[in-house]
Amino acid sequence: MYRDRYAVILMHSTSHAIRAEKLLYQAGIESKLIPAPRHLSSDCGVCLRIERADVEQARKTLEDSRMEIEGVHEI
Amino acid sequence: MIYFDNAATSWPKPPAVLEAMAHFLNETGANPGRAAHRRAIASGRIVYEAREAVATLFNAPDPLRVVFGPNVTEALNLALAGYLRAGDHVITSSMEHNSVMRPLRALEQAGVKLTVVPCSPAGFLDPAGVEAAIRPNTIMVALNHASNVTGSILPVAEVGRICRQRDLLLLVDAAQPGGAYPVDVQADRIDLLAFTGHKALCGPMGTGGLIVGDRVDVARLRPLKRGGTGSNSELEEQPDFLPDMCESGTPNAVGLAGLAAGVQWVLEQGVAAIRAHEVELTRRLIGGLQSIPGVTVYGGLDPERQTATVSFNVAGKAPSEVGLRLDDEYGIMCRVGLHCAPAAHKTIGTFPDGTVRFGLSTFNTLDEVDAAVQAVAKLAQEVN
Repeated sequence: MYRDRYAVILMHSTSHAIRAEKLLYQAGIESKLIPAPRHLSSDCGVCLRIERADVEQARKTLEDSRMEIEGVHEI
Repeated sequence: MIYFDNAATSWPKPPAVLEAMAHFLNETGANPGRAAHRRAIASGRIVYEAREAVATLFNAPDPLRVVFGPNVTEALNLALAGYLRAGDHVITSSMEHNSVMRPLRALEQAGVKLTVVPCSPAGFLDPAGVEAAIRPNTIMVALNHASNVTGSILPVAEVGRICRQRDLLLLVDAAQPGGAYPVDVQADRIDLLAFTGHKALCGPMGTGGLIVGDRVDVARLRPLKRGGTGSNSELEEQPDFLPDMCESGTPNAVGLAGLAAGVQWVLEQGVAAIRAHEVELTRRLIGGLQSIPGVTVYGGLDPERQTATVSFNVAGKAPSEVGLRLDDEYGIMCRVGLHCAPAAHKTIGTFPDGTVRFGLSTFNTLDEVDAAVQAVAKLAQEVN
C-alpha cells in the first residue's frame, strides 16, 4: 500500500527535521518523522516522510524559511 | 526566609518548570537527536521547543542558531576562544565578569590584542570610549549587558550601532538581564548573545547557550569540543553547521525541558511586567539602604538604569560579616565578596574587599525588601 505514495526529505540533523516538520505543519502539509532509510543516508538521524503530491509545496515552504534541504527522494 | 541571591541563581522556579522536568524524566527520557523512535523524537521536540522559546524571548530569527550548552560561561568561551585569532583586536569594558575577562586574558597570552574601556565609578560605559578604541584589526566588541555587581545597564544598542557602522561583531553577555530586561538581538544589533538558563530565564542550572547571528562567519567558529551529534554520522569529522557543530555529546535534555517551561513562563508574564515589578522593588531597596547612616550603595542609584541587583557596604563591617549575620540572624540569603568580577570592583572602588549584594527577582516582594532594609539598619546601628 506504500508503493508510489511517499517521498522523504532529508535534512542536516534531527533539530532541522523537527523545525521542518513544524513549518510543514503550519503550511498544512502532513509529515512524519521516520528513520532515514539506509540506502539514502548512512546517518543515524531522522527524515520527513510526506506524500509525493506535496513535494513541491514542501520544498517551497522550507526554502522560504531558508532551510537547507539535503535531499528529496521517492520511496 | 528571604532569598536575595537571584543574581547568582534564581529561586524559586515557576511550578511549570518542575512539572516539565518531571514529565521529561517520567514520560520521555530518551536521547534527543540520536534515534527515530517515538520517545527520541519527543525528546528532540522538547529540545527544539526550548530553542524556539529562547529565540522568541530574544527576538532571534532562526531557532536553529540557538546553540545550547551548560551555562553562559561556556557560551562566552565558545564565542571568544572559538572566534578570535592571534593578531585580532577585541574591545571590552571594565565592568566584565570573569566569564569574559578570564577567557580574554588567556587569549591575550596567545596573541589576541585586548583593550579594556574604563567605565565610570557608577559602572556605566560611554559608547564613545568604545568607538575611540577601535583599530584597523578590531573584529569584536564583547560587552556585559548588565553588571552582576551593581546591576548597571551598559549601552548595548548604542554600541551595536557603532559595531554595524564599523563592521565589527558585537558579543553580549546577557546573563543578568536575560528574562528580566528587554534584550532584542535585532533591535540592539547583537551578533552573538550568550545567555544562561538558571537566572531570570527561570530554568534549572546546567542550561545556557549562544545565539549566533547571521553576520557571524560560522566557518571561522571553532567548537570547544567535538564528538557525536547524531548527524553526519558517516563522517569522522565534525559537522560544519549550527547548532550541531557546537553541540557534541548528549545534551542536558531534562534541563532544557525545564528551560523551555521557564522561558515560556517569562513570555506569559511578559518581560515588561517583570521589569516593572523589579524596578519598583529596586527603587524601594535603594531608597531604604541610602537612608541608613553608614551604608554606601554602589551603582547609578537609579532603578531605571539598572537591574534588580544592588551592591552596598556597611561602614566598619566586612561584607563577609554582614552576609553571615543576615543569614544567621534574619534568614536573608545574599552574596558577599567580589562576585567573580575583580575588574568591576576596581571600577567602582570596592576592590579587594567587595560588597554585599542583594539580587532580587520577580518573586520577591516589597515586604521582603522592607524587612531586609530593617535588618541592615540594625547591623549598621552597631557601629554607626
